[in-house]
This record gives sequence, C-alpha cells and structure tokens, in this order.
Amino acid sequence: MAYDKFNILTSTAVPLPLENVDTDQIIPARFLKATKREGFGDNLFRDWRYNNDGSPKESFVLNNPIYSGKILVGGKNFGSGSSREHAAWAVYDYGFRCVVSSFFADIFRNNCLNVGVLPVQVSPEFSEKIFTAIYDDPNTEIEVHLPNQTITIKSTGAQESFEINSYKKENMLNGFDDIDYLQNIKGEIESFANDLLL
Amino acid sequence: MSSTLFDKVWDSHVVRKIEGGPDVFFIDRHFIHEVTSPVAFLGLKSRGLKVLYPERTFATADHNTPTINQHLPVEDPLSAKQLKALEDNSNEYGISHWGLGHQKNGIVHVVGPENGITFPGATIVCGDSHTSTHGAFGCIAFGIGTSEVEMVLSTQCIMQPKPKKMRINVNGQLGKGVTPKDVALYIISQLSTSGATGYFVEYAGDVFENMTMEGRMTVCNLSIEMGARGGMIAPDETTFAYLKDKPLSLKGEAWDKAVAHWKTLKTDEGAKFDKELTFNASDIEPMITYGTNPGMGIGISKQIPDAEAVEGGVATYKKSLDYMGYNENDAMIGKKIDYVFLGSCTNGRIEDFRAFASIVKGKKKADHVTAWLVPGSHEVEDKIKEEGILDIITEAGFTLRQPGCSACLAMNDDKIPAGKYAVSTSNRNFEGRQGPGSRTLLASPLVAAAAAVTGVVTDPRELL
Ligand code: SF4
Repeated sequence: MAYDKFNILTSTAVPLPLENVDTDQIIPARFLKATKREGFGDNLFRDWRYNNDGSPKESFVLNNPIYSGKILVGGKNFGSGSSREHAAWAVYDYGFRCVVSSFFADIFRNNCLNVGVLPVQVSPEFSEKIFTAIYDDPNTEIEVHLPNQTITIKSTGAQESFEINSYKKENMLNGFDDIDYLQNIKGEIESFANDLLL
Repeated sequence: MSSTLFDKVWDSHVVRKIEGGPDVFFIDRHFIHEVTSPVAFLGLKSRGLKVLYPERTFATADHNTPTINQHLPVEDPLSAKQLKALEDNSNEYGISHWGLGHQKNGIVHVVGPENGITFPGATIVCGDSHTSTHGAFGCIAFGIGTSEVEMVLSTQCIMQPKPKKMRINVNGQLGKGVTPKDVALYIISQLSTSGATGYFVEYAGDVFENMTMEGRMTVCNLSIEMGARGGMIAPDETTFAYLKDKPLSLKGEAWDKAVAHWKTLKTDEGAKFDKELTFNASDIEPMITYGTNPGMGIGISKQIPDAEAVEGGVATYKKSLDYMGYNENDAMIGKKIDYVFLGSCTNGRIEDFRAFASIVKGKKKADHVTAWLVPGSHEVEDKIKEEGILDIITEAGFTLRQPGCSACLAMNDDKIPAGKYAVSTSNRNFEGRQGPGSRTLLASPLVAAAAAVTGVVTDPRELL
C-alpha cells in the first residue's frame, strides 16, 4: 500500500510514557473485523481513550488538547504482543508518522516500516529527555531527520542518532514498499523454488 | 564450520542477500485466516497481481468464528463478511480452504501440524504471532503483518533481517503437576516480555527432548511472549513418529528420503549462539500470572511481588495490579475466579483435554464458575469423544464447545465480562484481551481444571 514519503519531520509530540504497550491496547481485537484498510485511527487506543458509553476519557493523553503532533513517544517495549498490522495502520491513520521508544517489539517495528511509520529507537536517557522536554513545554518541537538518521529536541538542541538499515531507509525516503522490490526479482525466486524438495 | 539448527534452516531459504538490508527469504508454507488476509488480497487485486504458488498457502477460518451452533449462519455481519472474503479469495486463487463446518477446520496452528502441512526444516508464516508454534517441528515459523501476507501471496517471499540466536536449555526432571505451559511461563517470567526481542530461540536440554509434540508446540507457541520472533526444537524420533502418516505428510520412499535429511537438522557441536541461558527443571512449579502481560507470572504457591522487586517502571506495574484488582504481596492461592477457558493454539490439543479431565474426573464444576472448553480442531474434538473424555467432563458438569480461537482473543461472542476473573490456558493476559475489562490469569490446563472445580486459584498438585 502506498504511503507518503518520509524525509524530515518537525513536529510537536504526544507523550505516552507507559512500558509494554501491547498491540491489543493500540487496537483491540474487536476492531479488526474490517475487510478494508480505512478508519482504524478512530479506534487507536480505543479502551484507554473512550469509556464504555463512547465518551472520551479525559485523563488519556490523546484526549488532552495540550498535546498533539505527528510524533508519538512511547515507553519501553512498545508494540509487543499480537502481530496485527492494524496497530501500525491505526497509528498512521490517526496521523502519526513516527513513533519514538527506547525499545520496540520486533513485529510492530517491521509492520511500521511496511506502512510508512518510522520507528525511532533512542537510548533510555534520551527518551527521558524527550518526556521532560514535552512536559516542560508541550509546544516543544522534535525534529526527525531521516537522511541524517538523527532526532533532535529543538528547544534544548539535544540530539541523538538512530539506526535504520539502508534498504528500509531508501524505501521510506521514496515511499516504496517491499512488494515493489520482490516483484522485480520474481524470476530469481522462481528458479530458487524449482530447486526445493518440498 | 559448525552451525546451529537455526542457521541451517535460515540459510537454505535465502533467495538473495541485500547489502545493508534484509534477506529475501523464501516461505515454504503459508497459513491464512479470515482476519488478517482480506486486506492483503485487496492489495493484491489493486496491483493486479496473482498468487504465485497457491499450493503453498492454506486457509482456515478460526479467529472470529462462533463456538456453538456452527451449522447456523454466522450472526455477526462483520465476521460473516470476513469469512466470506476468505472463502471467495481462496476459491478465486485456488487455495485450499477449510472453512467453518469443514471436517478439517480448526485453529490454524492446530490443524497445520495435525495434517502434516508442517514439516521439519520448513519456513512457515501466518498473519498471527503464535505461528511460532510450528517451531516444535524444527521449523522457522513466525507471525507476519498483512503487508507481508500480500508479499507471500504474490512472491512466496518476505524481506527479513536475520535475527540473532539464543539457546535456552532446561535440564532435569519436571516435578509432579508441572507441564510444558509452566516451563514456558517460567522462562518468560525470568526473561520478561522483551527479554528475547531480536532473537530466534532454540530450546534444548532433556526437558524438551522428553516432551511430546503437543508439549513442544505449547512451548514454541509462547516464544513470542518473551519477545522472540520464534522458537524451535530440533526434530527427532518423536517428531517423525508424530508426522508419519498424517494426511499431507510425504509417503513411502519420499518420506524416507526426507527423514534422512531431517536428521541432519540439529545444532552442531561447538556452534555459537549470541546468547545462551540455562534453567533447572526442579526450580519450576505450576505457574500462574497475576498481571497484564505474560511475563508477570509466579509459582502458584508464591505471592505477588513488591513493586520495588520488579524490573521496569513502578507506575506501569501499579497500573497493571490496579487493573487486576490485586495488591502487592497477595497470595494467589485462594483468589476467587469466575471463568475458566480451556483452549487456544497454546493449550487446545488432545493432551490438554486429557490433563484437564485427569483433575475434574469424579468431581463437580464449582457452581459460580462459567467454563468454556474449546477444542483446537474437529480432530481434537473427535478424539475427546473417542477417548471417553467427553463423558468425564460431562459427568463433572462441563460442556464442550466447537473449535476456534474463542476467548483467546474474544473476537466472537466468547468474551469474559468486565471485571471478571478468568483462568485461561491461552497465551495473553493483556488488558481487555479476553473482552473489554476482562481479567486473565494464564495457567496450564491442570491449574485451570483445579480452579474450575474449586472456584478459586488452587494448587493442582493437591488434586492429582
Ligand atoms: S488461539 Fe489465539 S493465539 Fe492462537 S491463533 Fe487463535 S487468536 Fe491466535
């Protein structure tokens, strides 16, 4: 599925300093019944965001007008649990283009990269710095610079570099996905398959 | 050069290596179900692609299916639409489809091995994280996202960086009432839910060597709950005996040839792992979880740890206990429970029903407990009847439901009500996993059975 190219993103950020945020919280299973990929953002963090009667829970950060932006800053082990790509869709569909955490669960990280959300892994210390900066001033801007692989807190100038493999980086910069690549080497795949026993 | 089981299987499936990027990784077997495949087929259609090897993909309906009255039309319109999409897509692209009511229908990770679709040394993926189950046969098996489902359908490959390797050894003799589920929950409690992130695990040592295939599947199934991409166990005579004569297993000479190859699938002496951990079987007791992730487990006789004693944030920990309605230092024994769920791809196999029956035999279900006993497949259901297990559980006041994922993820009507406590043999105790507001205690079929007859958390060793 095509997504917008990612280059340099400068935005305020939404803090969610909880650990082990699993994909069942990001999007509960009962919202996986779609046969199309649309509207998942409405149910992002559904059970943390809304009461049973559908009214917003005021204490949850997405309902707090002070915080907004295209960057979500989560706690350690973000995106653990179920492999549902719907979690990454929901994050993207809500309007986030980047998730920052000191540690990501594998499948979620992969899924993000496949749908155009950049996962940025930072050190625990830097993660703390971001939270502090946002809490001090919710208008603090964070710059995520994909070409340079850096993340910067604009107000303090604090900066850290992050890792991404060069293949995925190219994809994100160009808005390509893996299927485009695989389609181009189909012949090679078929000859590989011909040599298999089973 | 000596190499690990994981290396042998991985390296033999790399179609191409990309400099500074992932490997193009060939997939032998692909399972699809109704929830994570419709959007993948939609993508396929919008790009005008076809399915490259339909004979390598298998479809079963399990995630949102009802577990009673399966002969009637599915009531929930959204679920019905997903089931229909799976059927239509399978038919359109020539994929075998075991839909609701089909004799071979059941949970994807139960029916795959049961029918011999799974085989040693295979690479297997499915849009479900517990695909790691198939690692029990010496496979590299893991869950993928919907974009990757589309990749596999159209090219039989995905793009994967090779994970690091971890070996987990458990040696010694398991005590009475200690099951494979307890071994897995114990390891997760030691490693935490992120302790194996970035790794692929090989399980080794006599505890796994002596385990049945069902037990090995339970262990590999839970690999994902410590963050690992998957877990595997070297194939051996137990594996071959299980697979021989399964409907889709190889036959005759082809079988013999395959077995000769499969026997080479083990870690060589001196092969290197990035990380190695060793545990003692005698340290493991029946386990139970008290919190909202599978790493929050303790021996059933123990008390809920102090916030100070656990790794990680105190705030997250307290939020979790709050959700559960528990306090630090509470004993788990004696905690009242409302529901029992026996089933899922973790513990929905015949052995699990035998274990459950061994405890409830001659006893009665506690009055206030609602119990959902859900076989993993029709084949399991049939065996339950053949072996007389149905009589035992019926006598004890339980009823048997029809196969499916059921309360494991509560996409169908099998939802634990808000605030209620369920002892579940499934794999995840996340907030709301078993229904909005539900509270889950993960445990083995023995612990579930003990709770079902006493109505409170009970040490199963007292009832064996
Ligand atoms: S039983 Fe649960 S974990 Fe297993 S396949 Fe079904 S939903 Fe996934």
